[in-house]
Amino acid sequence: MPLPRLIPCLDVAGGRVVKGVKFQGLRDVGDPVELGAAYSDAGADELVFLDISATLDARAAAVDVAARVAEQVTIPFTFGGGIRTLDDAAAVLGAGADKISVNSAALARPELIEELARSLGSQAVVVAIDTEGGRVRSHAATRDAARDTVEWARECEQRGAGELLVTSIDRDGTQDGYDLEQLAALRDAVSLPVIASGGAGNAGHIAAALAVSQAALLASILHENPARLVTLRDELRQLGVPLRDAA
Amino acid sequence: MKVAICRYGAGNVRSVELALQRLGADIVEDVGGADLAILPGVGSARSAMEGLGASVDVLRERHAAGRPILGICLGLQLALDESEEDGGVAGLGIVPGRAVRLRGERVPRIGWAEVEPSGEAYWFAHSYEAKTEATVATSEGHSAIVEHGSFTGVQFHPEKSGAAGARFLERCLSRV
Repeated sequence: MPLPRLIPCLDVAGGRVVKGVKFQGLRDVGDPVELGAAYSDAGADELVFLDISATLDARAAAVDVAARVAEQVTIPFTFGGGIRTLDDAAAVLGAGADKISVNSAALARPELIEELARSLGSQAVVVAIDTEGGRVRSHAATRDAARDTVEWARECEQRGAGELLVTSIDRDGTQDGYDLEQLAALRDAVSLPVIASGGAGNAGHIAAALAVSQAALLASILHENPARLVTLRDELRQLGVPLRDAA
Repeated sequence: MKVAICRYGAGNVRSVELALQRLGADIVEDVGGADLAILPGVGSARSAMEGLGASVDVLRERHAAGRPILGICLGLQLALDESEEDGGVAGLGIVPGRAVRLRGERVPRIGWAEVEPSGEAYWFAHSYEAKTEATVATSEGHSAIVEHGSFTGVQFHPEKSGAAGARFLERCLSRV
């Protein structure tokens, strides 16, 4: 297996990085390129940018952000939010992103996963799953998607998804620890890499998530402070988690 | 240094282009005439071979003439005789061997992994791997670097492997 990955997540809206808790109350916290480059320098293994504005011009904004990030950042990054078609996805990858993530659009029309995988390769297709109590939620977690999380994960795999980004809605922003039970169920259900998201409060939480998942998404724990990533990586190494030497 | 990147629709062309420009390379369109030709690649083998079109012959001629080619990820797999992807696809046939599906681990294999013998970690994202006697470096038992005549192929993505990847590409450019 490749080394466990730490993936800072930057929520973007209107071309800026914003911050929110439980999808509520956004504030501007910086420029996506500057923050992305700083996290890369601090040892991030990958980056995720999620456009949470979901406006009609989200695709144009996504392509612009992806292009600007690609010029400055030399580690892989995923772009999600507002991607509804193969053309949307191809435009973002063409700008220099390595993967796209889809969520509500895949729930609305699961065939989208197959179309993306066939044209772009599975390795570029991340399906983001927002879950609460073993059930999938959609539209920025505002709606019940009427699907069981494990069943949906299996369907995503069968349709050609390359990775699953699994966010526990009830943990998101709480720093109370990842939903390890849900992550372990997914580890057993699919053979795709799983990126754990939602609930990181300390290095112990992350180490526990990395014991059942291939990567950990880091959001509120970093406080938009790349220096925190440096100390977290040191703490994780002391806990015996093998991380790459980013020098 | 003139470097041409084969463009065939799908692919990580933009990232490769940016990585080379950072190292001072001059990106040109003429795959036949460039000092180094790069066959990038993300996507699937069949659509890539179809997309390559006339570049197939240009790349074979380059290799026959001993002029350098660098294949990245799918670009390495395309150089082989065949791939078992998409029900079986004939490759360029400039490197003996075939691409087979990864088995016995989480697929796609995504993330940073060390390459032996150098010990350097690079970023991988693949579901198939090269089975070839031309392998000169491995990563967790998988072919990571292939060399055959003037062709060098890497299963990892140097253009996305931070400082280590930039050092690798710099060595490729310095050898041309």
